[in-house]
Order: sequence, then C-alpha cells, then structure tokens
Amino acid sequence: MITIHAEHIEKSYGDTQALRNVSLSVAKGELFGLIGPDGAGKTSIIRIFTTLLLADRGTATVNGHHVVKEYRNIRKEVGYMPGRFSLYQDLSVEENLRFFATAFGTTVEANYDVIRDIYQQIEPFRRRRAGALSGGMKQKLALSCALVHRPEVLFLDEPTTGVDPVSRQEFWQILKGLQNRGITILVSTPYMDEASLCDRIALIQDGQLLGIDTPAALRDAYPHPLWKIQSSRRYELLHFLRKQKYTLSAFPFGETLHLATRPDAQEHKIRESCYSQGFTDLQLTRIKATIEDCFMDRMATTADPQLH
Amino acid sequence: MATPVIETHELTKQFGDFTAVDRITFQVQAGEIFGFLGANGAGKTTAMRMLTGLSRPTAGEGTVAGFDVYRQAEQIKRRIGYMSQRFSLYEDLTVRENIQFYAGIYGLSWRNVRTKTNQLIEQLQLGEVARTLVGSLPLGWKQKLAFSTAILHDPEIVFLDEPTGGVDPITRRQFWEMIYAAADRGVTIFVTTHYMDESEYCDRISMMVDGEIRALGSPQDLKSQYDQPDMNGVFLQLARHSERS
Repeated sequence: MITIHAEHIEKSYGDTQALRNVSLSVAKGELFGLIGPDGAGKTSIIRIFTTLLLADRGTATVNGHHVVKEYRNIRKEVGYMPGRFSLYQDLSVEENLRFFATAFGTTVEANYDVIRDIYQQIEPFRRRRAGALSGGMKQKLALSCALVHRPEVLFLDEPTTGVDPVSRQEFWQILKGLQNRGITILVSTPYMDEASLCDRIALIQDGQLLGIDTPAALRDAYPHPLWKIQSSRRYELLHFLRKQKYTLSAFPFGETLHLATRPDAQEHKIRESCYSQGFTDLQLTRIKATIEDCFMDRMATTADPQLH
Repeated sequence: MATPVIETHELTKQFGDFTAVDRITFQVQAGEIFGFLGANGAGKTTAMRMLTGLSRPTAGEGTVAGFDVYRQAEQIKRRIGYMSQRFSLYEDLTVRENIQFYAGIYGLSWRNVRTKTNQLIEQLQLGEVARTLVGSLPLGWKQKLAFSTAILHDPEIVFLDEPTGGVDPITRRQFWEMIYAAADRGVTIFVTTHYMDESEYCDRISMMVDGEIRALGSPQDLKSQYDQPDMNGVFLQLARHSERS
C-alpha cells in the first residue's frame, strides 16, 4: 500500500526551479530517506506533502488524501518536524507539549504511550523554557510535539543537521522504534552516511531526483570500477591520478582517495604508474561504492554543470 | 621544531559555576591542519572564542601567532582569518564589494586591495559574477569565496567553524582541496566539523568532551588507540558517556 505519493511535481520560486518533475512513492510502514545538500529541494517536497506549500504542477497524496483538496485530513494524520526549531521558546517543555496536544484536540495523557520513550528523556526538565534547552533536548521535544496527536505518517526535515555523531545515532534509534510502531516515516538529511539506515532512499540535487532505490541496490548499480588508494603523499597522489588516462574521477575520502577508472583499467597498470612516480608506499584495493560515490557520480552525469 | 602557532596551558573558561572549557593544554604547529572535534555543548565554540580573542579566559595561559590571549587580543585578531558556516559574507554586497570590504577591514592598503581583489576574482573564476550579489550565488561558490576572503590578508592561521555544512559532496571535497593548498603554502588550519570522514583529512585531531580534551593525535593514532575502524567509531566511544549532550 502506498502512503506517500508524488507525481511529476514542479515548483519554482521566481526564476529558481526548486523541483523538476519529482515523482516518488513511499509504502506504508517504510522508513524513507530524502538525501541531498542544502538547496536541493528537500524542504519544498516535504512542505508540499504537509500541505504548507502548493506545487505549480503535478499531484501528491498522503495517506490516500489529495494534498490540496483534502488538506484538512492530511493535517490531522501527519506529524511534521520542520528543519528550523519552531517550538515556543518562552513556553516550558511541558507547556509546549500540552499546546500541541490541545491544538489537535487531544491530550498528552491519551497519547503518552507514543511519546513515552522520547519524552521520558527530557521529562526531568519539564519546567524549563524550551529556549533554554540544549540542542539534543530541543530535538527530542520537537519530535514529541510532532507525535503527540498519534500521527500515522511522520515528516522530518533534517532532524540531525548540525548534531554530533552520538546524538545522531540516538535519534536514528528513536526513528527505528517509531517505524516498529507502524508509523510511515519520510526523513531528509544532508549526511550521506545516514542512507544505510533507511529502507529506501531518494538522492536529490538541484530539484531533481538522481535515483530512488534501496541503499544496497544503488551501491550495486555504481557503473565504474572503484578503488581505494592510499599514500602518505595524499595531495600529490590526488593530482597525479587526475592526469592519468585510466582515471574517470579521483576524490579524497577520509584518509584515503577513491579512484573511479575506465572499465579496462588493470590493477597492475595503476600500481606501476604510481610506483614510477615514487609513490612506493601505495596501497590499492578494489572496493564497493558508498552512497556518497553514487551521489557524486550521478551528480556529475545528471546535474546542470552551470551550477557548480 | 618551530614555535607553535597555537599554544595553550590549562586554558579555562568559567561562566558562574559552570566550567565551559576545563584546563585544555595543546599545541598546533605551523602549516598543520588541526581538527577540533567534540559533541554539541562540549565547549568547542567557547574555546575557539578564546583563541580568536573574542572571549577572555578565566584561568590558564594561551598564545596565538605569538600573542597573548589576555593582553594582545587585538594583535591576534589582525593575524588570524575566520570563517563560519553561518556568517562569513554579506549577502547584500556583490562579490567584488565583499572582497574589498574584508581587505579594508584587515587593513590592506587601497592599492593592495585592488590588486588582491582582481587576483582573487581571477583565481576563483568569478569574473562573470563579480557584480552579482553574493546572496544569489550557489552555496558552494559562497563557501569558496568566504574561505579565500578569510585568508586574503595572509594570516598565519585560519579558524574554520563547520565550514562545509550542507554542501554537496563534490563541492565539499573541492573545498577541502582549497584547505590543502593553503596548508601547503604554510597557513595553519584550525577546523571544526561534524563530518567524521572530514576529520580524517586532518593531520591531527583533538576530541573535546564535557569541556576537556579527552584525546589528541593523528587520525591513525586515535583509531588504533581506541581500536576503531574509523573516526566515527572513535567519536562514539569517547563521547557516548558525555554528561552535557
């Protein structure tokens, strides 16, 4: 069953085309990731699904309801955590939560089971003003407020941006827990390493989807031989590799470089060329592409070069 | 070894009874790319504000570019560059105006301002957009321009506060190549980031937890010391029991 659906969505702000022919479907109970950098169009898509923004063209439905004609139904059935912290800074933790429950005509008590695991972590601070909370606690409060009316579908816009790795890991565990309760989740993120935590992902850049699939299938579809290559003279090696005929692209990846080559490139030829330039401490291994490799490859072939 | 560009000894900042930065001691050498990592609320920003002359320490010692962080904050400010993700350029000024503005602020002579501005516009291939408002440029261009502007006055050290947040993976790497090139010319780089793979581009890394530096070393050293395959693992192990996040 399809819970979130978009077909040929277009959206422009003045001369800027924010979304170009975006189509996607999210099945009931899925944890779906929308992955791309700032300005890619992630927020625009989420705001169209949450009935806060009108598309110029195309149709979209959430939980079977049309985003324009049946926006009232959607607003009752979805939870939305916007990218910017948008709770009332001058209300306490508890007051914020009660406010959102009341706005949806319900009470915190009636839905406490949904938020319990998350809210318990900030409950010791329930009398503190929301504005005085730490980043991690604000995030948990915002999620509690988005869940307090027991939504069937949850939209999260960059919940982990600017958050340190420990809090990010905790947050993803929370999302898995919500998914296990049967909630359908669409989450956006600029962190490519979070892709593997989703059931399926869409890669997005300049308002265009670069691919939709499971993380594993996207990685399998990477079209070139890819190598991890390392030397203590990393920066020199990078420049050397970029000039070689066998090279399609070479990029720094942590301590190593990732080298994509032509299909006929042979391991011993790569080694020989590097040794001959004095990279004698070379380490070379054939590897499987990461989501970031896939994103960069699709970006280079699909995206408008004028923008980069 | 040459004199360190940054040297601190038990540098501390207290706000009332809260110790934001707790006796940190470390050195950064000239031309080094130094990654300054830590969980949210660990004290990174406060430490950086002390090192850039914006906040007076409450105890300990520190010098930056040879100047004392207590008495010579103004000299420090003139010899460092600073760039953050949130604030770096004026969106309502053009590319050329932004460069000229910063060159002026850093005290370059008018003749020098003109030469440097033209050089930079050429080097970044921004000729066609020199008269465009910065606000309408793609994020990746803005960040490259912001970085170049931050080192326009040839500072000994540049502080980068989460410089690459939100940019696409290709631009993020191009940005790091600019950092490498600057370090190659001898500029010391002091950088914070939430991307753990980026921390592996650094020569050395320090990890702050609850106001203290809990670990310091090359990425390789830290990974073997904590028996982790990558820096993400090191970070999780060190910061998991943090009391402040």
